[in-house]
Order: sequence, then structure tokens, then C-alpha cells
Amino acid sequence: MKARNTSAADRANSSAANSRGLPLPHYHAVTGVHPPLDSPAYKSSALRAPKQPLVPLPQRLTEITGPLLGAERVTAADADLTAGHPGEPLGERIIVTGRVLDSDGRAVPDTLVEIWQANASGRYAHGVDDHPAPLDPNFHGGGRCMTDSLGRYRFVTIKPGAYPWRNHDNAWRPAHIHFSLFGRAFTQRLVTQMFFPADPLFPLDPIFNSIPDEQARNRLIATFDIEQTVPDWALCYRWDVVLRGRTATVFEAEEDA
Amino acid sequence: MSLGVTPSQTVGPFLAIGLPWPDGSFVVPAGTPGAVVIGGQVFDGAGAPVPDALVETWQADPDSRFDHPDDPRGAAPATVAGFRGFGRSATDGDGRYQISTLRPGALPSTGGGFEAPHLDVSVFARGLLDRVVTRIYFPDETDANAADPVLTSIADPARRSTLIAVSDPDRPGTAFHFDIRLQGERETVFFDV
Repeated sequence: MKARNTSAADRANSSAANSRGLPLPHYHAVTGVHPPLDSPAYKSSALRAPKQPLVPLPQRLTEITGPLLGAERVTAADADLTAGHPGEPLGERIIVTGRVLDSDGRAVPDTLVEIWQANASGRYAHGVDDHPAPLDPNFHGGGRCMTDSLGRYRFVTIKPGAYPWRNHDNAWRPAHIHFSLFGRAFTQRLVTQMFFPADPLFPLDPIFNSIPDEQARNRLIATFDIEQTVPDWALCYRWDVVLRGRTATVFEAEEDA
Repeated sequence: MSLGVTPSQTVGPFLAIGLPWPDGSFVVPAGTPGAVVIGGQVFDGAGAPVPDALVETWQADPDSRFDHPDDPRGAAPATVAGFRGFGRSATDGDGRYQISTLRPGALPSTGGGFEAPHLDVSVFARGLLDRVVTRIYFPDETDANAADPVLTSIADPARRSTLIAVSDPDRPGTAFHFDIRLQGERETVFFDV
């Protein structure tokens, strides 16, 4: 084993002129934004949230890199959730569009955005969902696209319905669309949910309210955008996603000091 | 300019509509020489398998490189055709996930040392309001693991051992088990990255 370790180390070192001064970007710490894993009002967290404190992991090569998944995974049709079926789905056709940025205001171009959602009746096309609302043979509910050079994304879909769940008595999730984002580094990976303006269910939803800070919570709510509607065809909601920003380069040795 | 970061929310129970890929578990194409299988089960705090989780992995290639411009050594396309570095596996009804990959090389680190070969892991599930992050190390990298700055930062050997995969006795060298215990006895070490 020792021989192989040495050889792995030699390979790793061969192109690192000076590993002591390995210059790495550093992604800013994010405090007071994400929900605590242990959120008792959200019952499913009770047996799944870790009890031990998280161990600090200094950002090194594996953390400041990440999969730059290319456009080869995506076709233009993947951004239109209303297409690809024999007919039009039921519901209110909408455009969901916005930008993916980092917290320093930089666009995140050419990054994969994946979404999934319930249909207009609040039913997911998934075997586990037993909500007694109709499935729609013309709506599956999954989509993906790449951001453009300015970090913009755009989906055509239908407005999802609210739906009941079993968290507490008469619990209903506010209508939402699930979003998955990669950014450019492992450190930036984010899965979240987009909500619609002025939903009366907001004060009652333990998942939305698991985010302690009201301003942070409200960043999950899209804005109705009349400018980007398509007349006689679809309304529009605009929602920007902000990932962790970074300093351009720091020396890992200094960062760890 | 400083913008507020978008908060995380759970993937919920229906992630299978949007996230699994047909080739997700193949970090390298099927049949790639030297490929190893890494897999295991995800368990909750009651010891029950988690059938609605998603496990993602990210790693260097066998030559210790990343095809990424932020690597200060330069972006290096993998010398193995089709190596993606990234794996994604939804758990099945028994909470099992699996990826097929090549073992990563060691990485240069602070002070002239090295990080032992490892994979970074994200776990998403209903009940997790944010992803949890862990690492997979290899059991036969004894010397490299003993010098690894992350492993050595964990004082308790029992905790540290949760990060080290177990060699499959039936497929030595080519298959590894790595169970993920979200909570409770032998809870996996999770990181704040």
C-alpha cells in the first residue's frame, strides 16, 4: 500500500509547484440564512436531522471545484414542462424566469437548473403521493435548463396547486416549485423551493418557516412580472437565486491559520 | 455588492420526478477498466432505511486532478474517457444507493501535506431542510488516512471511522460499503463546509 500512496502523492504533486501556497478561492461563510436541520415543527426532521454538531471542513480542492455539467445533458424541450405530452396540461400556464447569481452579484453562467413540481391540482406524478386530486396525463412535472451567459434561466410550466400533507392537523403546503442548483463548486450546491406571492398558507407552513430570518424567508417568494408575460398566452413570475459568493483567491495556508 | 443568499429547503418526498438521471450512478461509463463500486444504505435515527434520499458524490480523478478552472494546478480533462467526477444515486426502497467510479488520487494540501483519496458526499432527503455533507475514505489507504488533515481533525476514533468505507469481502478491491447514518448510534460525521 505504501508504494501506491507514494506514487499517488507524486502524481498529485507533479503539477503543484508549491503546495504550501496553493491559491484557492474561498466561499463566504453563510450564517443565519439556512434553516436549522433540527426543526421540530417539521416532523420529518425528528429522526433524520443529525444530533452531533457539524464538524468544520476547511475548503480545499474538492470543495472549491464541482461538476460543470454541460449542455449535453439538456435539450431545449426540457425547459417546457407543458410540452412532450399528447395535449396541453390543465392549469394556469406560467413562465418562471430569473437569474442565478452569487452573493457578490456575479452571474453564474452555464449552470444546470433542475425543477420539479405538483400539477395544477396539487398532485405529484409520483407513486407515493396519494392526495385524492387528479393526475394530469399531460403533465409530468420535471424540467431542466442551463443558465445563459448572463446567468438567466427560463421555464414554461403551469402554476402548481397547494396540497395537504400529514405534518399536523389540516396541514397544507403553499404552492411551490422545487429548484436544484449546482453553481460552479461543491460548496455552492443548493436545493430549495420557490413560492408564489401572497400565499395565505405562508404563516402555517413549517418548512417555509424553518428559515428563522424573515428577510431570508421572503427571498424564496417570486415576483409577479407583467413585463415578461406573453400576451394571450402565459403570465410570468420572476425569481432570482443567489448562491454563496467567494473571494477570488486566498492562500489555503493563510485561510487555515 | 452583497446579495442575500437564497435559503435551502428540503427536497421533499418527490425528488424522483426531477433529480435522478439514467446515468447518474455512473461516474465512469459501465465497463471502464479499474472501476469500483461504492454503495450502502442510508438510515434514520430509528435505524430504518431512508427510501427517499439522494446521494451525490464529487471527487478528483485517478491522477488527482479536477477538470475545473478554479483548480490552481489548472483544469485537467480526465485521461479516462467519460470520467465525470460526479455521481448521483437516489436510494431504493431499502435505502440503498450505489455509484460506479474510479478511485481518486491523493490531493496536495496545506503545508506540503496531502489529503488522502476521498469523495465529497451530499445527502438530500425529506426531513433534511438542508443537505448534509460527509466524505468517503478508503480502508486500504492506511498511511494516507493517518496523515489526512480532515480525518486527523476528528479526535474520536469511533467518529472518525464513520468516514471510512468497508471493503466488500466478496469483491476485495473493487467494491466498498459506505453506510450513512443520519442520526443516533454510530451517526456519520457530517461537515460544515
